[in-house]
Amino acid sequence: MTPVASRVAGWLRDRVGLSGLEHVVQTKTVPVHRHSAWYYFGGMTLFFFTIQVTTGILLMLYYKPSVQEAHESIQFIMTQVSFGWLIRSIHSWSANLMVATAFIHLFSVLLMKAYRPPRELTWMSGFVLLVLVLGFGFSGYLLPWNKLAYFATRVGTDIAGSVPVVGGFLLRFLRGGDHVSGSTLSRFYGWHVAILPAITTFLIVLHLVLVQRHGMSIPPSEERHGVPVRRMRFVPDFLLRDVFGWILALGVLAALAALFPWELGEKADPFAPAPPDIRPEWYFMAMFQALRLIPGGSLFGLENETYLILGFGAVGLLAFLLPLIDRRVVREGRSPLVTLAGVFGLAFLVGFTAIGYRAWWPVWATLLIAAGGWMAGRMAVSRQEGNS
Amino acid sequence: MTSRRGFLERFVQLTFGALGAVVVYPVLRFLSPPHVAEDRSARVLAAKVADLSRDGWKIFPFGSEPGILVEVAPGEYRAFSATCTHLECTVQMEKASHRIWCACHNGYYDLEGRNVAGPPPRPLTRFTVHVEGEDIYVSRA
Repeated sequence: MTPVASRVAGWLRDRVGLSGLEHVVQTKTVPVHRHSAWYYFGGMTLFFFTIQVTTGILLMLYYKPSVQEAHESIQFIMTQVSFGWLIRSIHSWSANLMVATAFIHLFSVLLMKAYRPPRELTWMSGFVLLVLVLGFGFSGYLLPWNKLAYFATRVGTDIAGSVPVVGGFLLRFLRGGDHVSGSTLSRFYGWHVAILPAITTFLIVLHLVLVQRHGMSIPPSEERHGVPVRRMRFVPDFLLRDVFGWILALGVLAALAALFPWELGEKADPFAPAPPDIRPEWYFMAMFQALRLIPGGSLFGLENETYLILGFGAVGLLAFLLPLIDRRVVREGRSPLVTLAGVFGLAFLVGFTAIGYRAWWPVWATLLIAAGGWMAGRMAVSRQEGNS
Repeated sequence: MTSRRGFLERFVQLTFGALGAVVVYPVLRFLSPPHVAEDRSARVLAAKVADLSRDGWKIFPFGSEPGILVEVAPGEYRAFSATCTHLECTVQMEKASHRIWCACHNGYYDLEGRNVAGPPPRPLTRFTVHVEGEDIYVSRA
C-alpha cells in the first residue's frame, strides 16, 4: 500500500473499528473437496442482486408506474435514453440468472446437507430469500404493463385467491381491489422497489452474518472420510475465484443483453382476449404446467386445483422447516429420504418446465441426472461401508 | 525492464480499469436524459377578450412554459414570458402598483417588461400580440 492509502486505512480503522470484519478476512477459510464448486453460487446470486439494485435504481429515474404511462415510459427508455435498452435488458436478464443461481444454491445446500445444526436459521433465511426473489420476479413482471404480464398477473393472483379461507383477502390484498388494474400496478411497484428490497436487504445481512459466524459447511459425505478436509483462505484465494466467476457472469449478462435485448411486448388491453402464446416466466412454468394437467371438477367441496395449490404450499412449508424436521442427518450424518425428496423436487421442476415448453430432451436429461445422482449416492454409501 | 510480476500486476490493473470504464460509461450516459422535442409552436390562442376584462391579466400556456398577457389600457394588450429572469418563478400582475411582480424574491418589472426593482437581472422576454375579433393570439416576437 502506498503511504497515503495506509494512512487513510489506519484513520478509518481507528474510527470505524471493523475488527469483526478484519477477523473474518484474516481467518475465514473455505473447505476444498470435490463438491467445492457449489460454494460459488451463493456469492453469484449476491452479485446478480447488486446488479439488480443498481440497474433497478437507474430504471426508476425514467419509469412511470401508471396504466397510462408505464408502457410508454419503458418504450422511452428502450428507444430514447442513452443505453436505456442496455440497462433494462441487463435488469431483466440478471433477474432471470439470479433466480437460476438462487435455485442452484438452494439445491446444492439441500443435497450437501448444509442445513444441519447450527445452520438452521441460515437455511430458513435463505429459503425466505428465494421466495422473495420469486416475489421480485412476479411483481417486476407486471411493471411494463404489457399483455403477457397483465394476464400472468391475473392468473397468478387468482391462484392466490383460490386458497381456502384467506384467499379472498389475499386476492384483494395483492390486486389492491377486485381486478388487476392501475391500483395493482401501483401496489406491485411499491412491493418491487420498496417493501421487498427492505425485507431482502435485512435477510441478506442476517444470512451473510450467519454464514460468517458458522463458516462453510462440509458435506457429511466428505466428513465421513475421516481425514481433515483441505482448506483454502477465503481472502484472497477463494475471493479471487469468486471475482473471476463474477466477471464471467458479467460477460454472459452483457452478451445476452446486447444480443437479445429484452422485449417490451404490446401494451396491455384489459378488454382483449388472452394472447395464444400466454405463459408465465420460466421459473413458474413447472407450477403452471402442473396446474394445467389437473382435470377440472371438485372433491369434498374444493376445486381439484386447490389441492395442488395447497400441496405446493405444504411442500414450501416443509422445505422451510427442513432443518427442524430432518433429525436423522444429525444422528447418522445421512438422510437418504431428504436426498431422494431433493432429487425428486429437482426432477419435477426441470421435467415439468420442459413439458411446459414442449421440449422433451430436458426430461431425459433430468432422468439421467437423477439416475446418476442415485448411483453416486449408492457408490458413496457402499464405499463408506467398505471403509468401516 | 519490468519484471514478470510487475507486468502481470499492471495487466490486471488495466483489465479492471477497462472493465470499470465500460460499466461506468453507459451508466453516466443513461443518467443524462435525452432531449425531448419541445412544443415550439410559434403562435397560440392565449385568451379571449372577455377573459381579460375582469382582472386585466392572465397566465397562459405557451408551449411548456407560462406566458403572461396584460391589458395595459382598454383594448391594448401586451404579452411576456411569465418566467422570472432571476430564478424561474412564475410572475403575476400586481394591480395596485401597476407592475409585474415575482413573489419568490420580490422582483418587479414594469409594463414594458423591464426589471425595475428587486433581484431580476434581465427584462422579461416580450411576445407579439394579435387581436382577431374576440381571440387574442400571442406569437414569438
